[in-house]
Amino acid sequence: MPISYYIFLAVIIFSIGVTGVLTRRNSIIVFMCIELMLNAVNLLLVAFSKLHHQRMLALDPANITAGTEGQLFVFFIMVVAAAEVSVGLAIIVLMYRNVHSVDINFLNRLKN
Amino acid sequence: MKFAPFIPLLPLAGFLINGLLRNRLSKTATGIVGSGVVLIAFVLSILVFNSAAAGQSQIFQLFEFIKVGSLNIPFEFQVDQLTALFLLVITGVGFLIHVYSTAYMHEESNAHFARYFAYLNLFVFSMLLLVMGGNYVIMFIGWEGVGLCSYLLIGYWFKNREYNNAAKKAFVMNRIGDLGFLIAVFWMIQTFGSTSYANIFTQLPGEASTAVLTGITLLLLVGAMGKSAQIPLYTWLPDAMAGPTPVSALIHAATMVTAGIYMIARSNLMYALAPASMHVVAIVGLATALLAATIAIKQNDIKKVLAYSTVSQLGYMFLGLGVGAFTGAVFHVMTHAFFKALLFLGAGSVIHAMHHQQDMRFYGGLKKFMPITHFTMLMGCLAIAGIPPFSGFFSKDEILVHAFEANPIYYILGLLGALMTAFYMFRLYAMTFMGEHRSDLSHHHPHESPKAMTIPLIVLAVLSVVGGIIGIPALFMHDGHKLNTFLTPVFEGSKQYLEKHEPLSHSQEWMMIAISVSLIVVMIVLAIRKYSKSVDAEATGLGKVLENKWYVDELYDTIIVKPLLAIGGFFNTVVEKSGIDRLVNGVGKGLHYSSRQLRLLQSGNVGSYLLMIVIAIILLIRLVFYVKL
Amino acid sequence: MNTFQITFWFLSALAVFSSLMVITRKNPVYSVLFLIITFFAISGHYILMNAQFLAIVNIIVYAGAIMVLFLFVLMLMNLNKESEQQKNKYLLWSSGIAGGMLMIVLIAALDTPDPAIITKPGTGEIGLIKNLGTKLFTDYVVPFEISSILFLSAMVGAVVIGKKGD
Repeated sequence: MPISYYIFLAVIIFSIGVTGVLTRRNSIIVFMCIELMLNAVNLLLVAFSKLHHQRMLALDPANITAGTEGQLFVFFIMVVAAAEVSVGLAIIVLMYRNVHSVDINFLNRLKN
Repeated sequence: MKFAPFIPLLPLAGFLINGLLRNRLSKTATGIVGSGVVLIAFVLSILVFNSAAAGQSQIFQLFEFIKVGSLNIPFEFQVDQLTALFLLVITGVGFLIHVYSTAYMHEESNAHFARYFAYLNLFVFSMLLLVMGGNYVIMFIGWEGVGLCSYLLIGYWFKNREYNNAAKKAFVMNRIGDLGFLIAVFWMIQTFGSTSYANIFTQLPGEASTAVLTGITLLLLVGAMGKSAQIPLYTWLPDAMAGPTPVSALIHAATMVTAGIYMIARSNLMYALAPASMHVVAIVGLATALLAATIAIKQNDIKKVLAYSTVSQLGYMFLGLGVGAFTGAVFHVMTHAFFKALLFLGAGSVIHAMHHQQDMRFYGGLKKFMPITHFTMLMGCLAIAGIPPFSGFFSKDEILVHAFEANPIYYILGLLGALMTAFYMFRLYAMTFMGEHRSDLSHHHPHESPKAMTIPLIVLAVLSVVGGIIGIPALFMHDGHKLNTFLTPVFEGSKQYLEKHEPLSHSQEWMMIAISVSLIVVMIVLAIRKYSKSVDAEATGLGKVLENKWYVDELYDTIIVKPLLAIGGFFNTVVEKSGIDRLVNGVGKGLHYSSRQLRLLQSGNVGSYLLMIVIAIILLIRLVFYVKL
Repeated sequence: MNTFQITFWFLSALAVFSSLMVITRKNPVYSVLFLIITFFAISGHYILMNAQFLAIVNIIVYAGAIMVLFLFVLMLMNLNKESEQQKNKYLLWSSGIAGGMLMIVLIAALDTPDPAIITKPGTGEIGLIKNLGTKLFTDYVVPFEISSILFLSAMVGAVVIGKKGD
């Protein structure tokens, strides 16, 4: 598969995530859209990792670990995402407790 | 000689002490500090003078002041014979005026008293800086300093609007002159690459063409005109009478107005190499001497008479400078410092006694009330009139002799001025001290002034009488002109470039002295006869013109002040209000309006913020990938 | 068209479709479910690229833990009804257009005429736990430990934020 296809797929999913963030008002769905965007990026990282691995292997058949870094980045992104979700959901719960809604437009209360 | 750099520091210290502690010090303490520092400076000046008399001169490089590229202007003092003489006059006469002021200003409150002394000390400091500076920039600092101090002191009673206007007038008139000086300094930097006297004078002649020197010297003359009150910038000096009388004495005698003379005497080599400028100096001086003398004849305010007499005497000094009699001019500065300080302080004593009445028409017959003041004033009048053997005779005679050598017309006009001087001075004397008293004596009796005022008067009277002996012309005594010998190192460089004149024979000189002295005596007798009994009737015709000072103030008012005010008004109402203000307000209003509009973008709506972020990202990507940077 | 390509297209279509469903469903619970499908599709892509470990982690962490957390919160707040009011029409449209524009711009920007080709699966062993683990516990041990601190602080933060009544 040409790498462009992966790029396009990732871009499409990412853009869908962006659109979701922009159009939805439910903060939980906004959150999920952010996860969607993260996953699009993960997909791209894995694809590039694979490509890199292939290239390196062609140059030096003994180098079987080239490109591992890309996958490790994905791993770390997942770690961060998990941490982010736990905190973010806690904030949403707190918000719900205060304003009885998860509508992001209520976040403009921050203004005052 | 090595104490010289400390001389200006003393009045500066006095200024700081009196200025900073003015709410704490008592009047006695203020007076002691203010006079004491000047006294110490005077003692040091005597030491310096002795060294200078022994032929020493020295340049003190204190520190680097301005250094730009190849231009280096150090903060330096140059102490030579000319400086030493001026130091002596400034600190000596200045000290007497300080002592006098302690009594004269006694009615002021503590803080104002200290403020007065602080200004006085600063004045002396600036003047010392002016005469000690080793280059034109340091001189300029002192030059500006005396201008500032004169402003502060003339406007000392700042609650009076008229006095403030007089102060402003003095300041502005001085500024006009200062501009000339400043341009001259720049020109010197361009021509000689330095402003130090030592550097400039060793480059002469040769480094600069006559045309350039004429330009520089004429610009310097403009500066001198402002500071030394010459036509056309003389009108501030009579108005400077608004200040306390001792200040007038200080301005007119010891400091300030002599600055212009000093500067030209200091630059004698440049002037000698620019004969055209010399002629201009002589003509300006002569014209000023005559104009001021005519005005003085008709004034009724005692201080105004003295003020115009100062302008007139300064004109003589310029005449002396202009005909190459540098020594004579400096000599006249010195004797003038004595008798003019004496006259002013005497006038102050009279004014003090008369409860601040300054109009001579209300004086008369004060002889019996204030014997000391009367006697000392008489000495001063005789000295300024030029009766031998009083000091004024010698100095004025020297200038007139040189004027005759240069051009007999100068001499005749100069003599005319001298006659007028004698006339108006004895008019003043007769109106004040002789005849019957002309004001109501039932409420107050004029009284003699306290000792702190009379002692300086006596000292100055003695100096006025004997001050001439340092410059006895060869006519009377061989090698009698001590001052000439003393100042030779300063002026000998320019001697060879001056126009050569046939010296007068002794018989001619005798004749001149006889003519002038007899005419002066006639004028004195005339004045006394006319004014000891009566005062001027309401003036008409020429008299009225003279009384109104040739309407020069009105003329300046019409041709300069009014148009300037009109332009100012135009700029104020049209350019300022509708141009600049509108522009500035427009910027403010525009910002206000646009921020009100932009504020709406900050809706607090998270969704629209996110939208903005995305749009920005899109634009950035477009920029990065499609716009070739 | 071999199996690899068929699988690729199928998984891509599934991912795009289900992510579209995520943002269009009114009911948040459906959104969550479609998101889980998206994650599965992406995991499938990982397997195609020999990233077996990541594929499993993706399913366990994302589809398992995180999505359950989402569902849990939704249920807890009783949000599983179509309660969302639609917002400003203009903003909605402009948001949609902005998203589309972003996609077009990005695709146009990243499009290359002669792309590199990713060969079919079965080549390379970097996705195995053994290789990844070796790398993780040697070269990347410091970030790994730091991420544990991150977790700890996130946990503390979540507890503090979620604590009631202050």
